[in-house]
Amino acid sequence: MVENRPILTFLTHAILIVGVVFLCFPVWMALVASTHGPGALSQSPIPLWFGDQAWENYSQLLAGGLPEAGGVPIGMMMFNSAIMALVITFGKIVISILSAYAIVYFRFPFRMGFFWMIFVTLMLPVEVRILPTFDVVVKMGLLNTYAGLTVPLIASATATFLFRQFFLTIPDELVEAARIDRAGPIRFFKDILLPLSRTNIAALFIILFIYGWNQYLWPLLITTDESLYTVVMGIQRMVNSGEALPVWHYIMGTAVLAMIPPVLVVVLMQKLFVKGLVESEK
Amino acid sequence: MQKRVVFRSKLLPYMLVLPQIAITVAFFFWPSYQALESSFFIEDAFGFSREWVWLENYYELFRDPGYLKSFRTTLIFGFSVAFLAMAISLLLAVAANRAIKAATSYRTLLIWPYAVAPALAGVIWYFLMNPSLGIVAYWLKGIGVEWNHYVNGDQALLLVVVAAAWKQVSYNFLFFLAGLQSIPKSLIEAAAIDRAGPIRRFWSITFPLLTPTTFFLLVVNLVYAFFDTFALIHATTEGGPADATSILVFRVYNTGFIGQDYGSSAAQSVILMGMVILMTFIQFRYVERKVQY
Repeated sequence: MVENRPILTFLTHAILIVGVVFLCFPVWMALVASTHGPGALSQSPIPLWFGDQAWENYSQLLAGGLPEAGGVPIGMMMFNSAIMALVITFGKIVISILSAYAIVYFRFPFRMGFFWMIFVTLMLPVEVRILPTFDVVVKMGLLNTYAGLTVPLIASATATFLFRQFFLTIPDELVEAARIDRAGPIRFFKDILLPLSRTNIAALFIILFIYGWNQYLWPLLITTDESLYTVVMGIQRMVNSGEALPVWHYIMGTAVLAMIPPVLVVVLMQKLFVKGLVESEK
Repeated sequence: MQKRVVFRSKLLPYMLVLPQIAITVAFFFWPSYQALESSFFIEDAFGFSREWVWLENYYELFRDPGYLKSFRTTLIFGFSVAFLAMAISLLLAVAANRAIKAATSYRTLLIWPYAVAPALAGVIWYFLMNPSLGIVAYWLKGIGVEWNHYVNGDQALLLVVVAAAWKQVSYNFLFFLAGLQSIPKSLIEAAAIDRAGPIRRFWSITFPLLTPTTFFLLVVNLVYAFFDTFALIHATTEGGPADATSILVFRVYNTGFIGQDYGSSAAQSVILMGMVILMTFIQFRYVERKVQY
């Protein structure tokens, strides 16, 4: 619709710009703070423009680590985060595409029972039942292992639903054709269903990668060994370092490093991300 | 619900659902059952003996003013976050929907905070509002507001509300934008021909048509604020000062891991699980009506 209201157009852009500033300003300040030495950040007001310590701060963080955070280099923590995020992502995609395939393309006793078992876990976050879940992991001897860090988070009702919804839109004729050509269920899955699901898998990958990377409470409990720390949870030890004053230039540097991978994923794969988000939640 | 044409195989489907079901049973159902069971027991501090106490743990909780306060804090926190995040994002989505040419560039600039972990969002706002050197606290002092979330409970709560809402804006924005784009243009045009102004059009056409999106987002935002913000609070205020930001999910953790009171922590878990299931149910009853499986 064409409507000429200059004031409204002005207002539109004003609102959007204020919104962008509101969302970007905190991260801007984090970036700025991470480029200063401790001196500049000791009196108020702190500078609003970059300092000259960027190289020193970031190389110290990535390679050297901080005594406040157990002396683990942030580079190491980021490596752990990456492993955790990738294992969770791949695991979730694999087990949920398989179970969705079984539920949609087979008829077997307890099919709906299984479906409901997966369904009820849809919105139940690990934080809610944290203590007994922790107990299970302890009993299995998975403390301080990558398996303990990732496997309990792999079950995913959301991904199963997305795949199920998608499979239901695939025309039945494809199955018929495949069966006429004597393709078995495994062949059909491998040669037809998987290639068709490529976009969905990619979109889910983004959402799940962010989910995995941003885990906090679980790594906090499962890892007591500092070499397994992940970066999102490691930052907490610097902020609440007890007696010592927080070293804000390092903390903000860590925060920036910790948000780079997921933010890059979102920005670079924006189209897929939007598709994945809006579809997986509806 | 299912395909008309299916494969026939006795064993294969079970093999296919096995990994998902095994993990779900081991890390969802078994722990949930454990929580339910131990919520009826009182265990001594060393775990040597435990005693069946019926609903004592639950009575205890609802007699505890701290827990009731936590309930209130959670509700205030949840609804403030949901309202703030949704109001801001609706405004932005309406604006972005109007700014046709620049919409994509604005969208890029608005959606990335989705990827920022709640813990990081918390830490960054914690820094901005730090009473001695935070820049926002400094500005607030300039207009005569004495900001100190280390001692002032209300300010600490406000801090976590703002940080939690900040992170959630981009998510809501995307859904509102998608909702706005699915409203038929002809409706808006018809109203414009009848000389309804932009504000009138928004309240009598756009907003009512957005109700499904709004409702969906309300539930999602509440679930986010009630449960996913644990990290945000744990990394910043740690429930303080004086329990002012100790929401229910934080309390479960605190009672269980710091206080070592398993019975009470389990009872709190059960109450929270009840809340989650109720919200899932409401959500799906509603969504079911518009999405046909």
